[in-house]
Amino acid sequence: MTEPALALNGLCKHFGGLVVTDNVTMAISPGELHAVIGPNGAGKTTLINQVSGLVTPDAGSIILAGRDVTDLPAHARARLGLARSFQITSVLTGFSALENVALAAQARAGSSFRFLGNAAAEPMLNAAALAALDEVGLADRATVAAGHLAHGEKRALELAMAIVSEPRLLLLDEPMAGTGHEETERLIAVLHRLKGRFAIMLVEHDMTAVFALADRISVLIYGRILASGTPDAVRADPQVVAAYLGDEME
Amino acid sequence: MVRATAAVATPSTQSRHPRAGVVVPAIIFGLLALLPPAALATAHGYLLDLFTRVMIFSIAACALDLLLGYAALVTFGQAAFIGLGAYAVGILASHGIGDALIALPAALAVAALFALVTGIVCLRTKGVYFIMITLAFGQMTFFTASALAPYGGDDGLTIASRSTIAGMPLLDSPLSFYYVALACLLGAFLLCRMLVVSRFGRVLRGAKENPVRMTTLGFEVYRFQLVAYVIAGMISGLAGFLLANATEFVSPAYMSWQRSGELIIMVLLGGMGTLYGAIIGAAAYLLTEEWLSGVTEHWRVIFGPALVLIVVLARGGLIGAVAEVARRWRGD
Amino acid sequence: MSTTFLLVQTLNGLQLGVLLFLIAAGLTLVFGVMDFINLAHGVQYMLGAYFAVAFYSVTGNFLAALLLALAAALVFGIVLEFLIFRHLYGRDHLDHVIATFGIILFLNSAVKIVWGAAPLSLPIPEALSGSILLMDGLLYPVWRLVIIGSGLAVAALLYVFVNYTRIGMLVRAGSTHAPIVAALGVNISRLFTIVFGFGAMLAGFAGVMIAPILSVEPGMGDTILILAFVVIVIGGVGSIRGAFIAALLIGLVDTLGRSFAVDILRLVMAPSPARTVGPAIASMLIYLLMAVVLYLRPTGLFPARGR
Repeated sequence: MTEPALALNGLCKHFGGLVVTDNVTMAISPGELHAVIGPNGAGKTTLINQVSGLVTPDAGSIILAGRDVTDLPAHARARLGLARSFQITSVLTGFSALENVALAAQARAGSSFRFLGNAAAEPMLNAAALAALDEVGLADRATVAAGHLAHGEKRALELAMAIVSEPRLLLLDEPMAGTGHEETERLIAVLHRLKGRFAIMLVEHDMTAVFALADRISVLIYGRILASGTPDAVRADPQVVAAYLGDEME
Repeated sequence: MVRATAAVATPSTQSRHPRAGVVVPAIIFGLLALLPPAALATAHGYLLDLFTRVMIFSIAACALDLLLGYAALVTFGQAAFIGLGAYAVGILASHGIGDALIALPAALAVAALFALVTGIVCLRTKGVYFIMITLAFGQMTFFTASALAPYGGDDGLTIASRSTIAGMPLLDSPLSFYYVALACLLGAFLLCRMLVVSRFGRVLRGAKENPVRMTTLGFEVYRFQLVAYVIAGMISGLAGFLLANATEFVSPAYMSWQRSGELIIMVLLGGMGTLYGAIIGAAAYLLTEEWLSGVTEHWRVIFGPALVLIVVLARGGLIGAVAEVARRWRGD
Repeated sequence: MSTTFLLVQTLNGLQLGVLLFLIAAGLTLVFGVMDFINLAHGVQYMLGAYFAVAFYSVTGNFLAALLLALAAALVFGIVLEFLIFRHLYGRDHLDHVIATFGIILFLNSAVKIVWGAAPLSLPIPEALSGSILLMDGLLYPVWRLVIIGSGLAVAALLYVFVNYTRIGMLVRAGSTHAPIVAALGVNISRLFTIVFGFGAMLAGFAGVMIAPILSVEPGMGDTILILAFVVIVIGGVGSIRGAFIAALLIGLVDTLGRSFAVDILRLVMAPSPARTVGPAIASMLIYLLMAVVLYLRPTGLFPARGR
């Protein structure tokens, strides 16, 4: 029995009087794609921010591959194999697509306190970057400045940046946000290919994507996990249907 | 099939015209190298001292551009490091130690130490707090130097003679001092260039754009910024060493916040984020100051508003303006 | 080290603190509401002093000079805002720094051209020019007490204004939610101008009040500006309450530190090195204080909002 890639135990967070994360306990096995769904304001992004280390929980613990990272800062967690994408596109617009991914690779490839040499010409980093771009279908856009990419391409670039260093856990915060139908299909295909290689926590609104990809689903309402299980179980759960899915499913 | 060799990243350091990054510095250093024989031949020997000053401040301006233009650290206290380097020379000289082999490492060490200690505190802050606390620490050195009665206090300290290098008076003649300063500027420029394209520099440049992103990629941004801050401080300490020798005098005025402000203007005038822009800006600022102050004692009355206009109207400084003109002429 | 001396220096510290508050209040208001760093705030303080000197030489009456100087400072502040600063809102802080730096260069020079470089003075009004016996053996200048009193009065007025008037509410709202306030139909641009003018007037007021004690000269605003920055950084940018507490703290630490540094050092070292090192350490005190505060609280003691 392998230990989970991610385990959250009794995670709590409140902002002033507002409870944003209410005693969240869940586990994601290695290779599992676990979707977290819920209405807007349910606290999904705050949850991801706590897992990645940008927000400090008030109580509870976060265990990454058996190691308690609750007190570790965000950059340290990233070095332990935690990668994430952002809900609002956060690519580095002044760099090319390739350099964005190469930089992501650089973070996990030895020390960056190197003052000699041209980082942009490092063959190993560039090769890894190009491979990641190829995975998400952006190989032919490698030299384009990230700021000039289309919205869907930027979302794919975020994904490439996250996967280039073979993370243990991938946190995806609404990767389909704002993408058109074609781009969504493309991203779903990419994620399908990536399934099984690493553990993925996918926060999404797009139900087609969620039910096409998820091994398990957790439903987050007002910061609390209402239900958790296989897609079929969750789809059939009357509480979930009443609280959330009834509005989402056409 | 992925052809790994085909893709070469276009570094964000390269502007749309990568040749500019080589041609412009080459022209600048070429001109600087040729100035002394030209000046001496045409009986304009005073230009040597003037341009030595330009080069000294260019060194500090390059260091500041590293912070301002590449790391997005708006520091209003950079002159403090020049002053610390200068005072290292002055204080050692007043105790009879006048050799560069001791004075220069001392200048660099003092500047680096101050940068480290203040940087540790300053870099925990952001935005306007950072600007103000670097300003405050810069002023702290000013007031401390002013209070050091044994070393001249307010009035400053005269240095008996320029530093010797391993006992030899190599800095005494204006000509040899000029070329030493030029060599230092070239070294500082190349060092900064190297830093900017390195792995280290890439992290800084990424953090300039999106520090949160860089953190979640696994970079501890604070540490990178601190190292950059210390390096820039040391390079400015070198400028201070040269300045003390150039004027054979040190005074608290070297570290005033007005000086820090002037340094920022030099970098902005030339165009932030190019390194050679800092040299151009320093030259433009100091030469204009020299010319205007010859015209009227109240040259700042003209200079002040000119500055305001430049900021309000011209983004990107002189380099930006030239680039803009070139672009329109080409019809891009 | 007598108690009298200690009390006198404490009062001096309070006076400096109150002065710093008057200047810092305008600075922090402008930053809090308009997100604008105004380095030229120091010259507005200087101009207050110069205006007072000028109007005094015309009217011969301190009160008249004070009121006219305040009016002039207000007008000048509004003109500056209208001509230059309002084009810079929303721009990079670096742009603010450079533009206001240019204004400092210009005004320090202009003042020299108009009034000359020699220090000027402004006499204290007859009635308030003596010293008063506060307690046995403690003689303290009346004018300094006037400064302390007026500063505290202004602080109280500001508190009432910001917390209990409509404009004050707009200022508080504008400092955190300017676009929403604008959307509610409030003339944000006029609000900004009012805030700016008011801040300039406060600084000018400080300049007038201190003019009789210090000499009025070009560049007098520069040093006090740095202190004002330290105040608002420690107090928390945008917070008037923070500025008040930090200003008093800094006034006291700086004054008492300078007065007693050498004596305190003499407890641990010989007189001669103490006399050398003492003044230097005294100069550094408030910056060390600032460093410690910022290390523990990077956004100051009472940050008005999460910036």
